[in-house]
Amino acid sequence: MANPKKVLDFLDITGNWDPSLLLVMGGAVAVTLPGFLPFKNKISAGKTKVDWPLLAGAAIFGIGWGIGGYCPGPALTALSNLSADVLVFVAAMVGGGFLAKIAAPAGPGA
Amino acid sequence: MNNFTPLSALAGGVLIGLASVWLLAANGRIAGISGIVHGLFAQPPGDRTWRVAFLAGLLVAGFLWLAFFPGGTSSERNLAAMAFAGLLVGFGTRMGGGCTSGHGVCGLGRLSLRSLVAVIVFMAAGMLAVFITRNFF
Repeated sequence: MANPKKVLDFLDITGNWDPSLLLVMGGAVAVTLPGFLPFKNKISAGKTKVDWPLLAGAAIFGIGWGIGGYCPGPALTALSNLSADVLVFVAAMVGGGFLAKIAAPAGPGA
Repeated sequence: MNNFTPLSALAGGVLIGLASVWLLAANGRIAGISGIVHGLFAQPPGDRTWRVAFLAGLLVAGFLWLAFFPGGTSSERNLAAMAFAGLLVGFGTRMGGGCTSGHGVCGLGRLSLRSLVAVIVFMAAGMLAVFITRNFF
């Protein structure tokens, strides 16, 4: 997931589609699904309703993910490439978080 | 599909899952990277130590990987596009309360309806963005 090409190839369903990311997500959820069970009481009850900030936020994130090919975690790992594009991406990502807080101070926060 | 790498993908996914279970078990926290990053800059400052430790792990892992498997990857986009993309990712993950790790790996793992909806929406939005950028730019 730290390789933008793999990410964009996964999202490119009308092109030369690469399903690898499906297995990353599948492998991870196959572990968290049973792994979280003993610790359910540690998870604080958050929101349960699907609301507009969730839908709009997810859509905005998805567009950025599809343009840059990075989501937050892999972008941080890819900082080790020491290339300008990832540095710019991560700096803008932190800035985007600030903007969202200014736009909706009472939003979900984190 | 000549670019399909099932084994490394599955192994990487399992490791991400194990890390998420470990963080919840050891620290009582959900491994949502966007939330961990945004929380780092929250005011008033709160529980920063574990956030810094977790993010430092992500960074060090990147360098370790390159030490064993030299040759980094690069993006297909120019710097302006990467800045715009980062802005959208930061804004969207904070507004929507999660990314591929928080809503994806962890949210789906705890059967959250909000997270399932978020995953479907950001995957669809990402596919649309790739379709437009790769076909019309």
